[in-house]
Amino acid sequence: MNSTTDSKKKQLDLHLPKHFTLILVIAIILLIVSIVSSLMLGARVVSYQELMDGLFYTNQDSYGANVVRKRISRTVFSLCCGVALGIAGVLMQAVTRNPLADPSILGVNTGATLFVVIGITLFNITTAGEYIWLALIGASITAVFVFGIGSMGRGGATPIKLLLAGAATSAALSSLVTAIIIPSAYAQDQFRFWQVGSVGSGNWDSIKIFLPFLIVGLLIAFISAPALNALALGDDVATSLGVRPGILRAFAIIAGVVLCGAATALAGPIGFIGLLATHAMRFVIGPDLRFLIPMSALAGAIILTFSDVVGRLIASPGELEVGILTAFIGAPILIILAKKSKVRSL
Amino acid sequence: MGNTHSFRADKLFSGYDNKTIIQGIDLEIPKNKISVIIGANGCGKSTLLKTIAKLIKPSEGDVTLDGKAINKYPPKQLARILGVLPQSPVVPEGITVADLVGRGRFPHQSLFSGWSKKDYEAVEEAMDFMNITEFANLDIDELSGGQRQRVWIAMALAQQTDILLLDEPTTFLDITYQVEILDLLTSLNEKYGTTIVMVLHDINLSARYADYIFALHKGELVAEGKPSDIITSDLVKSIFDLNCVVIQDPISDTPLVIPKGRYHVKS
Repeated sequence: MNSTTDSKKKQLDLHLPKHFTLILVIAIILLIVSIVSSLMLGARVVSYQELMDGLFYTNQDSYGANVVRKRISRTVFSLCCGVALGIAGVLMQAVTRNPLADPSILGVNTGATLFVVIGITLFNITTAGEYIWLALIGASITAVFVFGIGSMGRGGATPIKLLLAGAATSAALSSLVTAIIIPSAYAQDQFRFWQVGSVGSGNWDSIKIFLPFLIVGLLIAFISAPALNALALGDDVATSLGVRPGILRAFAIIAGVVLCGAATALAGPIGFIGLLATHAMRFVIGPDLRFLIPMSALAGAIILTFSDVVGRLIASPGELEVGILTAFIGAPILIILAKKSKVRSL
Repeated sequence: MGNTHSFRADKLFSGYDNKTIIQGIDLEIPKNKISVIIGANGCGKSTLLKTIAKLIKPSEGDVTLDGKAINKYPPKQLARILGVLPQSPVVPEGITVADLVGRGRFPHQSLFSGWSKKDYEAVEEAMDFMNITEFANLDIDELSGGQRQRVWIAMALAQQTDILLLDEPTTFLDITYQVEILDLLTSLNEKYGTTIVMVLHDINLSARYADYIFALHKGELVAEGKPSDIITSDLVKSIFDLNCVVIQDPISDTPLVIPKGRYHVKS
């Protein structure tokens, strides 16, 4: 009797990744630490008292309290961007079945960039509310284009065809971006700051613009997680389990495009967050997407927020844009991953 | 136990990229039996299996389950009746045995239902049946080829379908594991009455384990029936272009094909 209860219990545990509770607790602690340090640290380091004043006592009007208040919106914005990029990364990896995929791999980032650049040069667009639509249109057209090319020929949109189409499209679009901004000094100025990627420009308005896109993307990601788990076993197994791979891929890519396009429009292209967050989490909790998607969102928020804080500290009293920092941390890690990872589906 | 699904193909043509491989096949899969599709390389046996599995769309003709074309079923509903184990499924990095087997429950779960007691029981039963419960928490990479194939079959079992299609489930396995897998599939068929259709390379194992054989040659069905009724030296000559002698298998009394080459023939 005892042994059957034991084995029952063991079986029930099987569907929660090993040490999941512990990892979740650690992640939440890290999240809190990242939030608190983002509020306290920077060119002006505030005290605990000033932090409390800034957060909870609106009548306190000290300089430190005001600094904290300014940093609240920046922190929330960076959390949102981290969540969006973390999930966009998991989705792209699930869809291409390639552990090295990132929104930039499918050319989605570059497509968004191109349209923003066109908006800046040709239509003198300068506000976030307008950027976001241009970026989304650019990201979507690129995704449709890449998906279209990748689906041609035998076997539909296979991972390798998607990656090749994405890489080629990305290269072509980057050269277009350069071609458009080179003749215009004004566009170069506008573009320069946006292009490195920064959450410093984040304010409540940009968060308000961001939120609907974030929610739509999150919903699609969570709903499609079990089907994406089936897709991970190959298109044939997924089909035999009752998934329509084409439709599922389209939905997951739309969610990825919306999340990454919106984040790119508001913060500029911030690379590698999706890759870093997903890999860190896959390493500790395994490949089950029902857990990997929310945990990568959490990891994305933590990594981006910490990177932003580090950027403020090392370049103090100025600051280093977070896009530069994530590229510096991300690029070597990408190389390490590429070297050791057996990219099995290829 | 048993199931009463009628599963058949009518005037089936199919292939890849306008190249028609299956040239007008009519067949009815025998209920609660093990059927094996045999034929030479490139004769279209895998293509036929994939077409009746809905993995390839036929260019002409229909595959019907209980009188309704399989592509007219909602995909998840079909997946609760018809399970497929394709030839080279993808193993996600770092996946555990239990996680993989559990993914076979997808067609039984709805968006908000999550994991029910029935799901856990089905997974436990499938792992138990395939003797892999002891590996439940291991990474698939730690297993041998034979163990790995048992995990994949367990995933298909967890799907709890009345019909199970397998594309060369014994390829790349040592003879010991080939026999082990075929024995397990036979006990599955005996215990649950699951209708099994598979593609096998080895004609002698096919003759021993199949209740019914479909013999293919150049995309056409040239013979079908019980192994002892249809496997003759003439049939082997016509589908494999091989001279042979057919004797009785001393173990199972089924036909045993002894090939005859140019050398080592006693005079």
